[in-house]
Parts: sequence; C-alpha cells; structure tokens
Amino acid sequence: MAASKRVEEGARELSPLASLAARSAASYEPMPNGHEQVDLGLPPGELLDIHRRMLLLRRLEERIGQLYAMGEIGGFCHLYIGQEAVAVGMERATRSDDPVITAYRCHAHMVVRGVAPELVIGELLGKAEGVSGGKGGSMHMFDPARNFYGGHGIVGAQVPLGTGIAFALKYRKTDRVCVTYFGDGAISQGQVAEAFNMAALWKLPIVYVVENNQYGMGTAVDRASAVSALHKRGESFGIPGQEVDGMDPVAVERAGLTALKHARSGRGPVLLEMKTYRYRGHSMSDPALYRTREEVQKVRDERDPISRVAELLVSAGVVDADQLKAVDREIRATVMEAVAAAQAMPDADPAELMTDIYSGGS
Amino acid sequence: MREAIRDAMAEEMRRDESVFLMGEEVAEYEGAYKVSQGLLQEFGPERVVDTPITEAGFAGVGVGAAMMGLRPIVEFMTWNFAMQAIDQIVNSAAKTRYMSGGRLGLPVVFRGPNGAASQVAAQHSQDYGAWYAHVPGLKVVAPFDAADAKGLLTAAIRDPDPVVFLEHELLYGDTGQVPDGEHVAELGRARVVRPGRDVTLVSWSRGVSAVLAAAETLAGQDIEAEVIDLRTLRPLDRATVLGSVQRTHRIVCVEEGWPSCGIGAEVIATVSAEAFDALDAPPRRVSGAEVPMPYAAHLEALALPDVETVVRVAREVCYVDV
Repeated sequence: MAASKRVEEGARELSPLASLAARSAASYEPMPNGHEQVDLGLPPGELLDIHRRMLLLRRLEERIGQLYAMGEIGGFCHLYIGQEAVAVGMERATRSDDPVITAYRCHAHMVVRGVAPELVIGELLGKAEGVSGGKGGSMHMFDPARNFYGGHGIVGAQVPLGTGIAFALKYRKTDRVCVTYFGDGAISQGQVAEAFNMAALWKLPIVYVVENNQYGMGTAVDRASAVSALHKRGESFGIPGQEVDGMDPVAVERAGLTALKHARSGRGPVLLEMKTYRYRGHSMSDPALYRTREEVQKVRDERDPISRVAELLVSAGVVDADQLKAVDREIRATVMEAVAAAQAMPDADPAELMTDIYSGGS
Repeated sequence: MREAIRDAMAEEMRRDESVFLMGEEVAEYEGAYKVSQGLLQEFGPERVVDTPITEAGFAGVGVGAAMMGLRPIVEFMTWNFAMQAIDQIVNSAAKTRYMSGGRLGLPVVFRGPNGAASQVAAQHSQDYGAWYAHVPGLKVVAPFDAADAKGLLTAAIRDPDPVVFLEHELLYGDTGQVPDGEHVAELGRARVVRPGRDVTLVSWSRGVSAVLAAAETLAGQDIEAEVIDLRTLRPLDRATVLGSVQRTHRIVCVEEGWPSCGIGAEVIATVSAEAFDALDAPPRRVSGAEVPMPYAAHLEALALPDVETVVRVAREVCYVDV
C-alpha cells in the first residue's frame, strides 16, 4: 500500500517514531473498499506530548485508587490504568468539536478532553464543585461544553446514545464526528448491534471504539464472544473494522485519523478494536483472580504504553532519563495540587438534593 | 384525536427545525395507527424517520440526539414494545440532568398508544402510566380528548425535559373540538371536567370516558359527582384533587391499569395524608383486574373498569345504599 509505505518512510525520517510506527505499519490492515489512510506526520516532539498526557492519566488514576483505598471515594470506581494509549491517541486524532461518549471508565476520557483533574476528583469526593456537583460520581460525568457526553453506567447503553449524537450531527449538516467508546463486554449487548445497524443504514458520522482490555469484568473475551476478533462485529452491517495495537499511542492516533476521515467524509461508521489491557481489577472491589499476576506483569514489562514511549524518547536522544523523571515529578505535583484543590472544595450542599431533576431548578 | 396529535407534531415541526419524528412505520406507512399522515410528504425523510424494529436502539438514538439539542419525538408503535427500551427512557433520559448536575438536559418526547386495546391480549394490552410516573426526571402525560391531546403534546415537544406521552388506541377515532391556531396546554395541571358536590371521581385517558358516563348515571340518582381528568400523571396535580375532596369529602379513583402501586394508590395516599379530616368515607379505587389481559372479549371486559362498577363504588362511598 502506498499510504503505509509513506508512513514507514516518515518513520525512518523521524527516528523516535521508528520502532512504534514500523511495528504499527506491519500490523496495519487497510480498511476494505480502498478507503484512504492518513499519513501521520508526527514531529519527534509530539511524542513528548503523548508521553506527558498518558503519564498524567496514569498518575491521576493511581492517586484516585489511593483515595479510594483511604475511604475518601465511595461506590464503584473503575480505573483506566494500562489503557492510556487509547484515550490519548484518539484524542489527538479527534477535533475538539467532535463529541465523545463512553461508559463508566470515564475519568481519563474526561481529563484528556481538557476537563480539569480537580473537577473530576471533586466529583469523586462528592463535592459541590465536582463536575456533576457530587450527584454523578465516578460513572456519571458530563461536560457538554467540551463535547464530552458521559460517563454512562449501563453497559452498552452509551452506544445508541453516541449513535444519536451522530444522528444529530448529520441532521445539523455538520462535519463533526462522534467517537463512541465501549468495552469488549459491552459489544455483546443487543443494543450495540441495533446501533451499528442504524449507523450503517443512515451512514452516520461515528467512530466506534471498542476498548478490548481482554476482560469483561472477570470474563475473558474468548469466553464471552463467539468471535474474539471484535473488529469483525460490524461486518454484517457493512461497517469496516480494524484491529489496532491499543498499547501504542501512535498506532491508535493513526487509526483514529483514518477512521475519523472516513466517517467525516459521509461514508458512515467505522469500528476500531483497540487491543489494550487494564492493570487493575474491573473496579476497586475486584481482586482479579481470573488472571495470573504473571500475565499482568508481562504486559506491564513488554507493552506498557508509557514505558514504550519513554524508552523511545530516551533512545532517540530527545530527552534523557533525568528529564523524564522531572516530568514525572511535575505531573505528580500537578495531581497532588488537584487533589488538594478538590479536597478544599465545599461538600455538595444538602439543599441541592432535590435540584436538577427537571429544568428550572427542581 | 389522531389528527390532533398529528397537527401538534406538524405545527411544532414547522415552528422549530430541531423537532423531528422517528419510529417504526412513521414515514412511508404514515404510522401503524395512521397518526403521522402527511408528515413525510411535508417534512421529508430527514425529519420523519422510519426506523428498523429496534426499540432499545432507536430510543437511545433519540436520547442521544436530544443531548445535542434536537427535539426528537420518538414514537413507539405501542408502549408495550417500549419495554425493550425502558432502560434508555429511565436510566438515560430521566436521570441524565440530575447525574450531570444540571449540565445536560434532554428535550425528548416518547409517545404512542398505551393501555388496553381490543382483544390483543396480555402482551399488547397494558397500562404503563404507573411505571413511568414512578420515575423522577420524567413527565408523564395521558390525555383524554382531542383538544388536550394537541395542547399537551405541543407543550411536551416544547418542554426541556423528557416526556412520556401516553395516547390511547381506543381514543384515536374519537372526535372533539380543538381550538383554532396555536394551542398549548400546561403540563402538570388536572382539569375539573364536570363540577359536583357529592363525590370526586378521578381518572385520566380513556378512564375519563367511563367516569363521565358514571357521573351522568349518578346525576339521575341525585348524586352530583365531580369529575377530574388528571391529564398529567407526573407531576401529579395534587392540589386540584385535594381541593375537590375538601368540597365533596369522598373520592373514587378509576384506572385501567393494575391497582398495586398504581396511580390510584398514589392519589389515595395523598388524600389520606393531606385531607384525612375532610374525608367522610374511605377513599376507594376501581381498577383493572390483577391479571395479564385475557383475549376472549367477555373476559377482557371483566378485566377492565366499567361504568356500572364506578357507579356502584361511588354510591358506596356516599352510603346511599346503607
């Protein structure tokens, strides 16, 4: 393919990208029907941005996990640790006016959209200035001003919602595309297939991103899905699908750009399967007895998206190890400041209990 | 009645480009119950959208479109089929404003025929009023006559919150006067359909027809019944009901649905708590029988509230036969 050859050439010119981009190109399957691929011309410095964004999500979620363990956060809490390449790669591919919607593992998707971490932490702490005023919690956060539409707690329900957002984008004759995330567990919900059918039937501008982190709660993909290649789940609706190394932010970004271009051009939905991994349990109450510690450690050692990018940056001489440590210190400080700011927020006012049920305050 | 509903949709679609209709058979077939006649011709397939048979899916699509500020009218061929979609109605539509701390409202109308139809048996014949009226975040409307159907649907389409609009298949063919021009009724307001001093009869939707007939019979027996059409089941117009009971001191609530945890139970709980001292008799309900709806016509008739039962129970609370 000429397009993927261009990518490889580009990768050779940009040495920090060489390893990742070449590996991505090798596993890259062009979408059927001759859809154009997008050449990702990443300057080396862009990797620093990717690294920094992923590290912020990692340190934020780690700190949230600690706050949960300390009893400061209640209820369900699903951490994104391990999956950072997906949110960051896709956000870089997405326009800021493209709406995004996801399920309950949503903290990272919010922050990567530009929502201040203290607003997310404040929500988790039940604070008045939390992003949902303390009424939504971990699973229900929204920021329409930043084109983030939740934050949904019912597995798979956000997929028809995202499809409806895409319907509205087409109805309004915009060139925006909705990015709709869901997990490998959700893909077996009937309403996901229903949404696929309508999106393909009406050629809606939507990119479906299945974050295949290998386990729907405690059930491995091959125990839940008759076809474990989840990107093929759209085939019967004529939706082009692609498997992507979801631990490689460059591969994610490139696949995202291609898919978004396809959807933006009026050719209908695309299904991207991000092969990723979560290091923590499904939620904070999950001891993850369905997999071995060795399996988790192996992914951490060999595929961790942040380590991979860090190694590239160092080996290419863009930064040295000390500079990376300084970045980490800075990000940890940012997170600590966000926690402190959130902790200083007033608690949600009891008078707010019965507001926001209907418009007009009540 | 069906023309009144159609006119409300058409007028709002002319007025506001963000209003559109979607559902099964709404466009080319012009509605399974012929409610959307002429809409495809006037507004085209982008605004009158035939969906596949996929209730959960298109209900979610409607809610998602409302997230972006469109004003979808989502038609269910009947409310029975909306059971497939109740998660999107309750968990997505009703709760999102609250869960988002008020950041995201959902101006969506879900509408279609509700309640008992004619010999279509258990899975196609059920009253969902109480199901949806249970849910904070939803508004629930169930009109009885054509004027209210138009006025309340117009209000529902303009409303910034999700509205469950329960029509009645057996009322679609009814005729009635509709005010000329724009007609907007207020959601959440009951209406005293017939004033009276002896007993309050409360109902809504098709139940009002049985209650009005009962009131006529009772009038011939020197009992003046006050008939209240609730029109909106959530928010419930408790003040109108309580005000009536303060005058009549007696109440009978008539509903097509099952009595357990029903609208009648809510009305009577309200009256018992807030007008206890005004009552001269125990508040009573007349309701559908607690069975899945039978098919055979004579059994079906036995499972639904009828005029005779309403008359009998009204006489009982007035102690006229003691």
